[in-house]
Amino acid sequence: MQLKNTSEQNTNSSVIASAYRLTKSFAGKKALDNIDLELKSGQVLAILGANGAGKTTLINILLGRLNADSGDVSVFGVKAGSLQAKRQAGAMLQVANLPETLKIKEHIQLFQSYYPHPMDYQQVINYAGLQDMQNRYSKKLSGGEKQRLLFALSICGNPKLLFLDEPSVGMDVDARQGLWHAIRDLREAGTGIVLTTHYLEEADNLADNIVLLKQGAIIRQGSIEEIKASISQTTIRFSSDQKRSKFEQLPAVVSVKSKGKFIHLQTEDVNQTLIALLSANPNLQNLSVSSAGLEEAFLQLNGGAK
Amino acid sequence: MKTTTHTLPSKQNMSNTNTVNSSQTINRSQAINIWQTLNIYRLETKFEWLKSIRNPAFALPAILFPALFYIFFGVLMNQHNPEAATYLLCTYGTFGIIGPALFSFGAGLAVERGQGWLDIKEASPMPGSAQIVSRLVVSMAFSVMVLASLGLVAFIMTDVSLSLAQILTLSTILILGGLPFCLLGLILGLLLKAESAPAVVNLVYLPMSFLSGLWIPITMLPNFLQSFAEFLPPYHLSQLALKVVDLDTDGSVGKHLAILTLFTLVFFGLSLMAYNSKSIK
Repeated sequence: MQLKNTSEQNTNSSVIASAYRLTKSFAGKKALDNIDLELKSGQVLAILGANGAGKTTLINILLGRLNADSGDVSVFGVKAGSLQAKRQAGAMLQVANLPETLKIKEHIQLFQSYYPHPMDYQQVINYAGLQDMQNRYSKKLSGGEKQRLLFALSICGNPKLLFLDEPSVGMDVDARQGLWHAIRDLREAGTGIVLTTHYLEEADNLADNIVLLKQGAIIRQGSIEEIKASISQTTIRFSSDQKRSKFEQLPAVVSVKSKGKFIHLQTEDVNQTLIALLSANPNLQNLSVSSAGLEEAFLQLNGGAK
Repeated sequence: MKTTTHTLPSKQNMSNTNTVNSSQTINRSQAINIWQTLNIYRLETKFEWLKSIRNPAFALPAILFPALFYIFFGVLMNQHNPEAATYLLCTYGTFGIIGPALFSFGAGLAVERGQGWLDIKEASPMPGSAQIVSRLVVSMAFSVMVLASLGLVAFIMTDVSLSLAQILTLSTILILGGLPFCLLGLILGLLLKAESAPAVVNLVYLPMSFLSGLWIPITMLPNFLQSFAEFLPPYHLSQLALKVVDLDTDGSVGKHLAILTLFTLVFFGLSLMAYNSKSIK
C-alpha cells in the first residue's frame, strides 16, 4: 500500500466516492453521458432530475450493481460493489415489498450481522422512528413505515457512505421530519450521503451540493446557493382581468403564465419590469415579488437546457 | 456558477486520497473474523426458517399435501396391503421432499427478486452463498417434517413395518436427494417472473412427479411413459428409496446415483448460467 502525500488530503473531509467521465448506454441509448462527480464525507449530495434522467443508473453504478461503459468509478478507493466498499456503505433502494413474515426487529438483527461494526440496535430504531413497532411483521406496514424500515436497514452497518433513493416516498410529514433529522445527524457524524428525490424541498433542506441530471447528462452542479443564484430571474405575481399577451411586451419579461385570476411574470430585471408594469396599471391588485426558489431553478434549468 | 472541471481536484490528488482510505478499509475488514461470517449463515438460516414456517401458503401444503395424498392413495384406496403401503410411503416421501425444495428456491426466490428485495441484499455485504445455504438447510428441515408426518400416518394407519436401519437409510437418501431439486428450483427462481413463478413451479412439480411414478406405481403407467421416466430425476430418487425396502423396479444403485449426480451437475451448471445472465452488466 502506498501511504504518501497524506498532506494533500483535504483536512476536514476526504472524497469517499467519485466518478469521472462516466458513460453508460442501454441498447444504444445513452443513459449517462460523461458524468463527473465527487462525494466527500460529511456531505449530502442530491441528485435531481426527471424520471429517466439517469438517477437510478448512476446510483447502481456507484453501488457496483451496474458496470459503466467507460469512465472511472471509485468508492473508498476500491472498486464499487467490492466487499470492502459494501461493508462501509448502506443503500436504501426502491423496493416494492419486503419478506412479509419477518418482524421489524428480526430484519434489523439480520442486517446488523452483515457488517463488521454494526450500529447499536436501539440507535437504528431511534433514527428510523420504529420504537413502537419493533415486533410488527413487515406484512402489516404501511408504505411510509416500510420506507422507515428500509432506512433502518440501510444504516445498520454504521455506513460511511449512504445511498438514499427516494427515501421519503409515502412518508407522512412527521416521519419525513424524523428522516431528515436522522440524515442531518448522520451527516454531522461524517457520513457522506447520496440522495435522489422528487421533493425539491427535501434537497433544499438537506443537500450541500446538487447535481441536476437531464437525459443522462449533468446540466448543473453546485451548492444550493449557486444553483439558485444561477437563476437570475424573479417572479412577479398579481391579479388581473387583462389578457396575458398585454404583459408579454413589458421590458425584461421572460415568460408570462396565467393561473386562475393571477398572472405570473418571470423577469430578468425586477426594477425595469415593475416600473413599466405599474405605470401601465397603477391599480394593480395582490402584487407580490419573489426570487426563484429551488423549484423554479429546477424547472427552468430542466426545461431550458434543451 | 463554476463548471464541473473547476470544482474537481486533479486526478493525481484524488488517487492519493483514495489510497489512504483503502488502507483503512483493509485494517477494518480484517476485523471480521470467521465467527462473524458463520454468524451471518446462522442468522440467515434462522430467519429463513422463521420466514417459511410462518408463511401458511408455503408451510401447510409443503407438510400436509404429501401426508394427505398418502392417506388417500396409500391407505384408503389400498385395502391393507402392507407391500403397497410400503411402496407408496417411499414414493410419496420422494414427492414430499421435492415440494419444499422447488418452492423455497423456485417461487420464494422469484418473488423476492421481483419485489426488489434481493437488490437490497446484494447491495449489502451479505455473502451471496448465505442466501443459498440458508434455503438449502430450510428445505432439508422441511423434508424432515414431511417425512415425519408421512411416517406418523404410516405408523398409525397402515401395516408398514420398517426396521430402524431402514427408516434411517430411507430418510438420509430422501433428505440428501433433495439437492438436485433445490438446484432445479434455483434455476426457476432466477429465471421466472414473480407473478408466474408459483404456477410454473407447480407445472414442473406435479407432472414430473406423476410421470416419475410417485403418485401411482411406475409399473401401472403405460410402457412409453415408463421409458420416459428414465429421463426424470424423481424416478431415480424414488428407485433408490425403493431399494431400501426391496421394491424397486430395475437398475443398480450405481446407475441411479450416477444419473442423479449427472442431473445435479447439469442443474448446478444451468443455475450458474442463470445467475450470470442476471448479474452485473
